[in-house]
Amino acid sequence: MDVQYVNPFIIATITTFKTMLNTDVAPGRPHAKQEPGPSYDVSGIIGLSGDAQGSIAISFPRIMALRVVSALLGSEIKIVGSELTDGIGEIANIIAGNAKQHLQNFNLLISLPQVIIGKDHVIAGQKGVPTLVVPFNCSFGDFSMEVALKTN
Amino acid sequence: MKLLLVDDSATMRRIQRTQLNNLGITDIIEAGNGEEAYSMLTANMPLDYIMLDWNMPVMDGFTFLKKVRENAAYAAVKIVMCTSESEKTKVIEALKAGANNYLVKPFTPEALKEKLGI
Repeated sequence: MDVQYVNPFIIATITTFKTMLNTDVAPGRPHAKQEPGPSYDVSGIIGLSGDAQGSIAISFPRIMALRVVSALLGSEIKIVGSELTDGIGEIANIIAGNAKQHLQNFNLLISLPQVIIGKDHVIAGQKGVPTLVVPFNCSFGDFSMEVALKTN
Repeated sequence: MKLLLVDDSATMRRIQRTQLNNLGITDIIEAGNGEEAYSMLTANMPLDYIMLDWNMPVMDGFTFLKKVRENAAYAAVKIVMCTSESEKTKVIEALKAGANNYLVKPFTPEALKEKLGI
């Protein structure tokens, strides 16, 4: 997988959390996901097409997703509902928009985010396209980015 | 200080309202697109600031910006374009069309304060 498509999303995640939530995000060592397995409980998924095709998902444990969106909205969200999904979608949207400015040399279209909720849900990529998992840690907890991209 | 917040995402408006409240700005009205914003502008003068998203349905932020700047009655209203579209050409286009400043999402409360000039 070509890191030049992945790094802007890692940088954008760090920037977004720092500016919107005033927290430092530390990326861990990226590793390949050998087979489809459970992600965290709430995922914001961004689709890519053009020079790279596939998806980038930001996945959070439920408690962390609630904490992050509560901090963003300035009021406590206690239940998994539309406020949570809209908030996670907005975070994914901001990350995608921020990453886009570092990807202007490529012919790349970035979709609006989709949000998936469900304990231990699995994000399955295209057949034959490996998934790279980038773990992150910040004061809100651990989360991850799953990247499955096919490049031309 | 009275501010009109224009963004098609209710969640983003809520996030920005929280940021503005933290800066002490509480007299805020909201619109979900340029057309709605223009009606609110005409009904709520005097307004000090408009925080304006770029990509919106019905009427986008750039069209709204041009429409506002065509009317001398709104010349004193400061407009800050607030967008994830960070391409330089678009920013220059907005400034030429009469935007007073711009913010690229995501932005810190400090950047918001600086761009609003408060």
